[in-house]
Amino acid sequence: MNKPLRRVAIFCGLLVLALLVRVNWVQFVQGDELKNDPHNRRVAIERYSTPRGNIIVDGKAVTGSTTTDSGDFKYKRTYKNGKMWAPVTGYASQAFDANQLEKLNDGILTGTDDRLFFSRTVDMFTGGKQKGGDVVTTLNAKAQKAAFDGLGKQKGAVAAINPETGAILALASTPSYDPSSFAGMSNKDAEAYNALQKKNDPDEPMLNRALRQTYPPGSTFKVVTASAALENGLYHDVDSKTDSPLPYTLPDTSGLQLKNEGNIPCKDATLREALRWSCNTVFGKISADLGNKKMKAEAEKFGFNDPGINTPVRASESIFPKDNRPQNAMAGIGQASNRATPLQMAMVASSVANGGKLMKPYMVDQLVAQNLNVVQQHTPQEMSRPLSPENAQKVQSIMETVVKNGTGTAAQIPGVTVGGKTGTAQHGENNKDNPYAWFISYAKTGKGTPVAVAVVIEGSDTLRDDIAGGKLAAPIAKRVMEAVLEGQK
Amino acid sequence: MSSSTTNTTTIGTIGAPSRRNTELAMLIFAVLIPVFAYINVGLAKEGTVPAGVLGYSLGLGLLAGVAHLVVRKWAPYADPLMLPIATLLNGLGLIFIWRLDQEPSLGKAMAPNQLMWSTFGVALFLAILIFLKDHRVLQRYTYISMVVALVLLVAPVFFPGVNGAKIWITIPGLGSLQPGEFAKIIIAIFFAGYLMVKRDALALASRRFMGLYLPRGRDLGPILVIWALSLMILVFETDLGTSLLFFGLFVVMLYVATERTSWIVFGLLLSAGGAVAVATFESHVQTRVHNWLNPLELSNGGVTETAQAMYSFGSGGILGSGLGQGYSRLILGIAPKSDYILATVGEEVGLAGLMAILLLYGLLIERGIRTALAARDPFGKLLSIGLSGAFALQVFVVAGGVTGLIPLTGMTMPFLAQGGSSVIANWALVAILLRISDTARRPAPAPAPSTDAEMTQVVRP
Repeated sequence: MNKPLRRVAIFCGLLVLALLVRVNWVQFVQGDELKNDPHNRRVAIERYSTPRGNIIVDGKAVTGSTTTDSGDFKYKRTYKNGKMWAPVTGYASQAFDANQLEKLNDGILTGTDDRLFFSRTVDMFTGGKQKGGDVVTTLNAKAQKAAFDGLGKQKGAVAAINPETGAILALASTPSYDPSSFAGMSNKDAEAYNALQKKNDPDEPMLNRALRQTYPPGSTFKVVTASAALENGLYHDVDSKTDSPLPYTLPDTSGLQLKNEGNIPCKDATLREALRWSCNTVFGKISADLGNKKMKAEAEKFGFNDPGINTPVRASESIFPKDNRPQNAMAGIGQASNRATPLQMAMVASSVANGGKLMKPYMVDQLVAQNLNVVQQHTPQEMSRPLSPENAQKVQSIMETVVKNGTGTAAQIPGVTVGGKTGTAQHGENNKDNPYAWFISYAKTGKGTPVAVAVVIEGSDTLRDDIAGGKLAAPIAKRVMEAVLEGQK
Repeated sequence: MSSSTTNTTTIGTIGAPSRRNTELAMLIFAVLIPVFAYINVGLAKEGTVPAGVLGYSLGLGLLAGVAHLVVRKWAPYADPLMLPIATLLNGLGLIFIWRLDQEPSLGKAMAPNQLMWSTFGVALFLAILIFLKDHRVLQRYTYISMVVALVLLVAPVFFPGVNGAKIWITIPGLGSLQPGEFAKIIIAIFFAGYLMVKRDALALASRRFMGLYLPRGRDLGPILVIWALSLMILVFETDLGTSLLFFGLFVVMLYVATERTSWIVFGLLLSAGGAVAVATFESHVQTRVHNWLNPLELSNGGVTETAQAMYSFGSGGILGSGLGQGYSRLILGIAPKSDYILATVGEEVGLAGLMAILLLYGLLIERGIRTALAARDPFGKLLSIGLSGAFALQVFVVAGGVTGLIPLTGMTMPFLAQGGSSVIANWALVAILLRISDTARRPAPAPAPSTDAEMTQVVRP
C-alpha cells in the first residue's frame, strides 16, 4: 500500500503548495491593489486616523482637523470659510470620500505618500505620531475673498491667474457649499450631503463652475478671433480699416444676417473700434475669412480642445469644434458650438497680457512634509505661444481701449493699465434663457502684469446687450484685480 | 554509532529512538510562542502586559506538560512533532480568538469557552492514549461506526440552520455541537475497517472497460452510496465542505486500499457530476460560486464578507500589521473567529506568518502520512491515511475558501478556529495518529539472536 500512500503524500503536498502560492498571490502580488482599494475601509480609517495635513493659502491653513468619537475614524476634517474655499480644496468626508485637492494629494495629507517615507521613518524612531504633510497653494486670500464676495448671491464663477507664472490666484464658484457640513459620518452629515446633490438642489452648489463648467464664451471670444486675425496676417494694423460690410450675411446661408447689438459704427471698423463696440459683424467675418481650420488652430494654442489641463484638479475641456462655415463664423463671436470654462478665458486674457506666452495654470506651489521639508516644488511651465510679442502688444492695446472708453469702463482702476473684454452669451433655444455675463481682463503696472481674471455670471435677467458683461461682471473683476495689486505694494 | 545513524527513518525493524526529549524541547517553543503573542496583543491594544498572562502561560504549560508526560508513559515511541504542532496551533488559535474578543463589535468573548473546550480536547487526547492500548481494537467497531457516523451526519437536518448551513445540533443547556467534526473520525474508522476486508474484491474482481477497471456492482455499491450521501448532505444541510470532505476521504482511502487509479477517475467524475448537478439546483451553492468568481463585487451597495477577507489579506502584506493592530473586525458576525480566522492571521502576522502556519499544517499532515507509511498493519495504514487525508482536505477547503482559491465552504480551520466540536475532535484525531505511530515505531519484540536478524520481515496479518 506504500506506493499509493506516497502519491497521496505528494497530493497533500500539492494542496499545501497551492495554498502557499495562493496566499503569496493575494498578499504579495495583489496586496497593494487590495490594500488601496477604495472600498477597503482601512483606506478611510488610515485617512482619518491622524490629524490630516492642511491646505495652505498665504501661509495660513484653510483646513483643520478635529477629533470625533465616530467609531473607526478618529479625526474629522474642518474648513475655515468652507464656502469660499470649496472650489479650491474640494472636500474630505469620512462617509463620502474626497475630491479635488483633498483627493489628489491624499497621500501627502494623510502622510502615507512614499515621498514622506523619510520623515515617517524618523517619526517611527523618535516616537512621534504620524501626521500628514501640507499642500501649499498659489491662491491669494484677498483676491479669493473679493471674487467670492463680488459674486455674492448670484450664480457664477471667477478664475484669476498670474499671467507671468500661471499661478492661480482666485477660484470662486457660487452658489457654494461648506465641506465641513458633511465631513463626518453622522446622519446629519448624510442629510447635508444629500441636500447638496443636483437632484435635490438644481443650483448645483457642489459644481465647481470655475473649472468644471463650460459656457458659451460670447463676445470675450473676440479676443481670440482678433489674435487669429493678426497671427494669420489677415490684418496687420489694429487701426486701419477692415473690410467689413454692414449688415453682414453669414456665408453659405440664404441671406441669414449677423446682427450687432444696437446701432453701432461697425462698417469697415478698425479692429480697435470693432472690439471697443464689440462688433459681431466684423469678428464674424474675420472668423469666416480665416476659416474653421485656422480659427481652431489659434483657439487650441490658447488651450481649447485640451482635455488635460490639470491644475492639478482637472479642468473640463473647453471646446472649439470642427464646424461648417456659418457655424464657424458664429464661433468667431463666441455664440456657436464653442464653449469655454472660466479658467480657459482667464488663460486667454493672461497669455495676451504676458506678451503672447501662455503659462500652464497651476494652484499647488509646494508639497511640504510634516517636518517642513519641501517634497515637491512647482516650477512655472510655458504651455504655448498663441501670439507673437508684437501681436500681443496690439491685442493689449485694443483691449485697453475697451476699458478706457468702450464697454468695459466699469473695470477702470486709477493709475493702473487695465485691458479687458465684455461678453454676454445668449443661450438656450432661440436665446430664451437668461444670458451669461462675461468679463475677462488683466491689470498692468510699472512692475509687471500680476493678474488676469475671467468672471462669468449666469442668469442675469435684466440686461441682454453687451453692456451686461460690463455692468455685472466687470466690477467683480476690478475688485479681484485691486486685491491682487494691493498685495503687490 | 553507525547503526543509530542508519536508523533515523521512522520505518525500521530495529525501532527508532523514542525522541521524547525532542518533543519536550519543541513543546517549550509551542508554549512560549503563544505566550509571547499574548503579551504582544496586550501591549498593542492596551499598552500593558495583559493581566491574565501568568494564568494563561501556566494553563497552557500545564496542558502541554501533562500531555507530554502521558505520551512519555503510554506512547513512548509516538511521533515527536504532532503534539507540539497541535499545541502551537491551538495556542495561537486561542490568542487570535482572544485578540478578536477585544473588538466590541464582534459580540461576546469566546476565548474562555475555547480554552475550556481545548482542555476537554486535551483530556480526550489523554484518555485515548491511556485507554486505547492498540488502535486495532477499533477494527471491531467497523459497522457500529458506520451507524454512528450516519446518525451524526443526518442529525443536523432536524435542527435549525445557522448562517444558511444546517451543520449544527443544539442540545439544550449544553450549547451546540457540530457532529460533522466527529463523524470525520468515525467514518475514517468505518472505511478503514470496511476496506481492509473488501480491498481485494474491489481491486481484483473487475471488468475492463475502455481502459479502466470497472468494479462489480456490489463492490461499487458503497462508493455510490457515499456519493449519494455526500450529495444529500449538501442538499439538505447545504454544507459544501462536509460533503467534499467525506467524498474525498472515501476516494483517497479506496485508492490506497486497492492501489487502483481508476477509483480516482471515478471519484473525480462522480464528484464533478454531483457538483454540477447540485450547483444547478442549489441557490446557496450558486451564491458561493458567484462570490468566488467576483470576490470584490459589491452587494446591495455594501462590501461583501468575501471582499472584506480579501482586503484583510491584502492589507496585511508581507509582514502584517502586527498582532492586535489589524482591522479584520470589519468582517462582521461570528465568522471572523471561526471560518475567517485566517483573515486575521493574514492581516496581523502577514504573509510570513500565514505561510508559517500553513507550513505547520503541512508538517502535521506529512507526519500523519508518514505514520501511515510506517504502520505495519493495513488497518493502521488506512486509518492514519484517512485521518491525515481528512485533515489535509479540511485545511485545504477552509484555507482555500477563505483566500479565494476555491469557493467558500463553511468549515473551521482545525485547532485555530473557534469551535468546541472542532477542537475536541481534532485533539482526538491527533491522539489516534499518535497511538498508531507509537505502535509503528515501537521496536519489534526482540527476535532471537540470529545473524540474519536484519533480513527478518514483518508478516502481514
